[in-house]
Amino acid sequence: MKFDILESACVPLPLENVDTDQIIPARFLSATSRTGFGENLFRDWRFDKAGNKNEAFVLNDPAFKGQVLVAGKNFGCGSSREHAVWAISDYGFKAVVSSFFADIFRNNALNNGLLPVIVPEDYLKYLLELINTEPGTMVRIDLGKQSLSVLPDGEPVSFEINKFKKECLMKGLDDIDYLLSIKEMITAYEFRNTLKR
Amino acid sequence: MTPKTLFDKIWNSHVVPSIEGGPEVLYIDQHYIHEVTSPQAFDGLRARGIPVLHPNKTLATADHNIPTTDQHLPIREVLSRNQVNKLAENCREFGIEHFGLNHPKNGIVHVIGPELGYTLPGMTIVCGDSHTSTHGAFGTVAFGIGTSEVEMVLATQCVLQSKPKNMRIRVNGRPGHGVTSKDLILYIISRISSGGATGYFVEYAGTAITSLTMEERMTVCNMSIEMGARGGLIAPDHTTYEYLNKIPAVADRHEFKSMLLRWRVLKSDEGAAFDRELEFDASNIKPMITFGTNPGMGMGIDETIPEGDNTSSFFKSLDYMGFKPGMKLLGHPIDFVFAGSCTNGRIEDLRAFAGLVRGRQKAKGVTALIVPGSKRVEQQAIYEGLVKILNSAGFELRQPGCSSCLAMNEDKIPAGKYVVSTSNRNFEGRQGPGARTLLASPLTAAAAAVTGRITDPRDLLKD
Repeated sequence: MKFDILESACVPLPLENVDTDQIIPARFLSATSRTGFGENLFRDWRFDKAGNKNEAFVLNDPAFKGQVLVAGKNFGCGSSREHAVWAISDYGFKAVVSSFFADIFRNNALNNGLLPVIVPEDYLKYLLELINTEPGTMVRIDLGKQSLSVLPDGEPVSFEINKFKKECLMKGLDDIDYLLSIKEMITAYEFRNTLKR
Repeated sequence: MTPKTLFDKIWNSHVVPSIEGGPEVLYIDQHYIHEVTSPQAFDGLRARGIPVLHPNKTLATADHNIPTTDQHLPIREVLSRNQVNKLAENCREFGIEHFGLNHPKNGIVHVIGPELGYTLPGMTIVCGDSHTSTHGAFGTVAFGIGTSEVEMVLATQCVLQSKPKNMRIRVNGRPGHGVTSKDLILYIISRISSGGATGYFVEYAGTAITSLTMEERMTVCNMSIEMGARGGLIAPDHTTYEYLNKIPAVADRHEFKSMLLRWRVLKSDEGAAFDRELEFDASNIKPMITFGTNPGMGMGIDETIPEGDNTSSFFKSLDYMGFKPGMKLLGHPIDFVFAGSCTNGRIEDLRAFAGLVRGRQKAKGVTALIVPGSKRVEQQAIYEGLVKILNSAGFELRQPGCSSCLAMNEDKIPAGKYVVSTSNRNFEGRQGPGARTLLASPLTAAAAAVTGRITDPRDLLKD
C-alpha cells in the first residue's frame, strides 16, 4: 500500500483520550489473522448491547463519510494491540488526524500504511468545528509536502513525520525489509558485544 | 565526558551502527511473546520464508485469554483455544521456549519474566504488550510494541524506533501507613494526566522510590504507559541485586559476580540533563481511587470528584461511571473486586490483600476475583497459608492469568456494575462491556471486599 496524496471527506470524533479498548474491544482480539477487524471498530459505541446501531454515533451518521478520521488529542492510548490499527484500516480509513497520538499506536499505524497526521491543537479544534457545521468538508493530505489543507482553498498546515517512515509509506516498503537488508551490521554488533561481555 | 542519563546509557549501547542518515536500529536482548499479539507475526515469517533469528532470546507464555478456573480442561471458548494452541504450534515450529497453560512456570508475561530471572539490569526488553514497562523496575529499557514489531524482533532481533526524550520523576519523603506503591503511581498519573508523558521515557528516583521493594517498583514502572510514557525505569541498587540473588537461575550463573560489577554503571550521572523533571512529596499521597474512564482521573479516596475541564470527554466519562462532579466516593456501594494483573498480581499483593481480610468476612453481595499472576505466585500463596486465610474469610484464589484486567476470558464484570480493581486500566468496557472500574491498591480492594463499599483501608488497618 502506497501513500501519496489523499483527498477525502472527514469523520469527526471530538473525544479526547480515545483508547485502543474503544477502537477494538479485547473480546474481539482472538482472531489469528489481520483481517475482518473493521466490523468491530468502535464496537461498543457503534452498537448497543443487543447489537442494534447506535444512531447517535458518528460512524452511523450518513452525513459523515470519508477516509479521514479526525479525533481529539491522545488518540490510540492504552494497549499496544495493533488490531486497533487493523480495525481502522479495515473499516476504510487511510489517515487519522489529531493533535497527538499515543506512541505505540503511532508506530503501529505507520507500520500498516495508516497515516497519523499531527496538527496543532487549535487547528484541530477549528477542523472539528468546521466538519461538524459543514459535513462533507473535504481535506487534502499531501504526504510528500507534509501538509494538510481544507479544500478547495484552505491555508495548508504542515505536519511532522519521521523521514524514513515517510519514505516507507510513499514507496510501500516495510521495516522488516530494511532490517533484513542490514543483517550483516546486526551480526557485527552482536559479535562486538559478545567480546565485550 | 558529558553526564548521561541511565536511559541514554542503555539505549545508546544498544543502537546498531547502520546506514548513515537511516533510522535508529535498536538491538533487543530479551523478547517476550504471548498468544494474542504474536500469531500474525509468525504468519509474516512464514510468508517471507525466514526463521526466527535467535529463538533463545524469545520466551513465550499463554496469559491473556486463558480461563482462571479448571485450567486442566480444554478451553471452552473456541477462538481462545485456537489462539493458545497456535502459540504452542508456533513455538514448536520456530524453536521458542514456551511456558503454556498448565506449565509450572506459566503466568502473566510481566510476572514470570522477572521471577524466573529472564529480566536483568541493563537489558533492552520488548513484548507485544504495553505493560512491558514493568521490567523497567530492574533498570532496563523495556517497552510495548505492536505485532509488526514483534515480527521484526523475531526476524532480526532489532526494532526501528525513534528515541524518546528523558523525563525524571522524583518522589521524595515517605508515604504514610496504608499508602502503597500503587497509590504512588496513581497519584503521579493523576497529576500528569493520561497523555502527559507521551514521547518520554521516565526515570523514577527519590527516597520514596528507592525504599520500595522490587515488586513495588514493578507496580510503579508497570503503569508508566498509563501517562503515555514509552516506558519507565529505576536504577538498580542493593534491593535489585538481593532480589536477583534469590533467583537460582541468575545467582548460579558463573558470571553473576562480573554482572554485578557491570551493573554498577547503571545509574544517571550527576548533572545528567533531563528534558523534563518533576518532583512530588510522598507525604501528600493518600490511598487513591479513580472515578473516571482513564487512569489519569484519580483522586485521594476521601476527596470529592473534581469539577473537571468542562469537556464533553469529561462528562461522557462521568456519565458512564454514573457519577457527578462534587460527589464523594467513600461509602459508595460496589459489586465486584478484582485483585490480580501484571500490576498487582504478585505475592506481596496477595499478602497485603490477605492481611487485611484476615479475621473479617467477605461482604454480602460482593463477588471477588482473586487471581495470582503466575503458577509460582499461586504455589507460594498456598505455601504461606494465604489461601487458607482467604478461604476462611469467604474468598477463593483462582488460577493465574490476565483475567478480568482485560476480560478476554470469561472473567467479565457485568454492565453497570462497580468493580474495585487492582489492575491498570479503567477504560470504558475494559473489564466487560458496560463495566465500571475503580482502580485502587490491593489494600483498598480488600477493604472494599469486606465492607461492600468504597472504604479507606487506613480505617481498617487501625485495629
